[in-house]
Amino acid sequence: MLIIEDLHVNVGEKEVLHDINLHIGVGETHVLMGPNGSGKTTLLMTILGFSNYTITQGKILFKGEDVTRMHAHERAKRGIGMLFQRPPTISGLKLGKLLTAISRTKKEDIPQLAASVHMDKFLERDINKGFSGGEIKRSEVLQLMIQKPDFIMLDEPESGVDLENISLIGTAIGSLLEKDKHIIKRQKSGLVITHTGYILDYLETDRGHVMCDGQIKCHGNPREILQDIKQRGYKECLECRHT
Amino acid sequence: MPPHVTTPPLSKEDQERLAQSGIDLAMKNRCGSYLQMDQDIVHAECEQEGIEVLSYKKAMEKYDGLKEYNWKVVSPDKDEITRYVAAQKEPKGYVIIAHAGSNNILPIQACLYLGREQIQHVHNIIIAEEGAELHIISGCTSGAHVGKGGAHYGISEFYVKKNAKISFTMIHNWSEDIEVFPRSASVVDDNGVFLSNYVCMQPVKKVQMYPTANLIGENSVARFSSIVIASKTSFFDIGSRAILEGKGASAELITRAITKGGTIISRGHILGKTAGTRGHLECKGLILQDGRIYAVPEIEGNVVGTELSHEAAVGKLARDEIEYLMSRGLDEDEATATIIRGFLDVKITGLPDALQKQIDATIDVAEKSGF
Repeated sequence: MLIIEDLHVNVGEKEVLHDINLHIGVGETHVLMGPNGSGKTTLLMTILGFSNYTITQGKILFKGEDVTRMHAHERAKRGIGMLFQRPPTISGLKLGKLLTAISRTKKEDIPQLAASVHMDKFLERDINKGFSGGEIKRSEVLQLMIQKPDFIMLDEPESGVDLENISLIGTAIGSLLEKDKHIIKRQKSGLVITHTGYILDYLETDRGHVMCDGQIKCHGNPREILQDIKQRGYKECLECRHT
Repeated sequence: MPPHVTTPPLSKEDQERLAQSGIDLAMKNRCGSYLQMDQDIVHAECEQEGIEVLSYKKAMEKYDGLKEYNWKVVSPDKDEITRYVAAQKEPKGYVIIAHAGSNNILPIQACLYLGREQIQHVHNIIIAEEGAELHIISGCTSGAHVGKGGAHYGISEFYVKKNAKISFTMIHNWSEDIEVFPRSASVVDDNGVFLSNYVCMQPVKKVQMYPTANLIGENSVARFSSIVIASKTSFFDIGSRAILEGKGASAELITRAITKGGTIISRGHILGKTAGTRGHLECKGLILQDGRIYAVPEIEGNVVGTELSHEAAVGKLARDEIEYLMSRGLDEDEATATIIRGFLDVKITGLPDALQKQIDATIDVAEKSGF
């Protein structure tokens, strides 16, 4: 689904991602961990195609196609999607209107989908204006339910969310990633950033990566990595010279 | 349904221009109509019981000069525009009277069309008597062929009596060589409500206006909202003023201004003269291409117990908002238009659906052409 090769990324004049290599297969969900400021969100925004993030070297292949120089909307149309940690508030833009704009088939039952994540009363509200942490994440999930990407990036889906909402959001994301289907039949892939690991209770994940100082330092079983970080913190990762 | 409005022959383009300024010649969603083309009064009637739509001349004859209302809230000596209109031997314009207790669910449309004349002048008087509710849409437009310049001088006097309500929605659809000088003021009595909405999405040479609401009645309310786009050659000097005199009077002045190279001076003044009054002024501006937005928000309180506030902001489209929408599959132009559409979205409390839809439709037309 996604292959990243030798990726170097600048924000402004400064290189913040160095030599990133990542391979996420069809139907797989990977976890990305790492201390604050290590470059996790930068990687996601780069994959998404935001203009602040300049690729100076390397490439991104999506479904076999080189998307390295593509605009964000072209990548979205090819099936890349994201659950933002802190999406912008857009005054006057109603959530319902955005959902209609996102919908390509115009056939989705928006009120019903909104009700399924308890957002039916927010369709006439300005997007993210005065939304609580849980409401922001539910709005993001709802947009993804309409967008139906094949590859979903989740930037800390549990941050600012209470336990009840984590369950709702986790279940909905699980459904988007076809976790209810047999492993062989899954066609959707994911990449999740998490600090707490709470979301992993609802999402079966296949592989974990640890990012430090703009580099992916190690790979392994996501639960084992999480357990290790919980016990030892990131100190050893930061000191680790293994890449 | 009231009969169709019959006009002298108009090109298809001009008919569309009328429709874009909110004029429905088929009278589908209108209860009455006034149409003035240049200085010719083409149509003036209303089917709604208790509401009269008259030409200025007829109203003066019928109501003995409307002495209580004629040039009472706008002074004929205010400036050269008022002096010009007051000096006319054959004054034009309309008088709309909603008699006590009357109410129109479907709005009355008033259309002022500038075709050939150099200056179109009107003097309008709008009265909602006690307990009446009156909704008006005023579409002002010029012929597509004008091309030689022209000006519109419009005096409007509004009188909102006890427990009455007037909503006045003005949609401008002039052309690049037209100058427009509305001069209007209102008096609002106890528990009266005056809503004034202004939308101009199309190029115009110059608009200068500063309507004033005199809120003399207890708990009287005025809400002004203006939605304006200035193209490269447009110059707007617009604003509104509310004078809070009656106990519990309140006012809200809201402006959304976008420049694509032209100038918008957005003024606002709320004067709190009595305790227990409230006012809020809000101007948000967006600069899409180098031009000028000059916001002049003024709040002035004279007594303990008046509460006034303002907020003004001028900025640009946020890149992160555009890219957020692009990450959902909208291309850059769609994302930009969607954000601008949101910026212009001002929902006006107390406005009937038909009028809100008309405002939305006017903005939709601009959105379709990418603003």
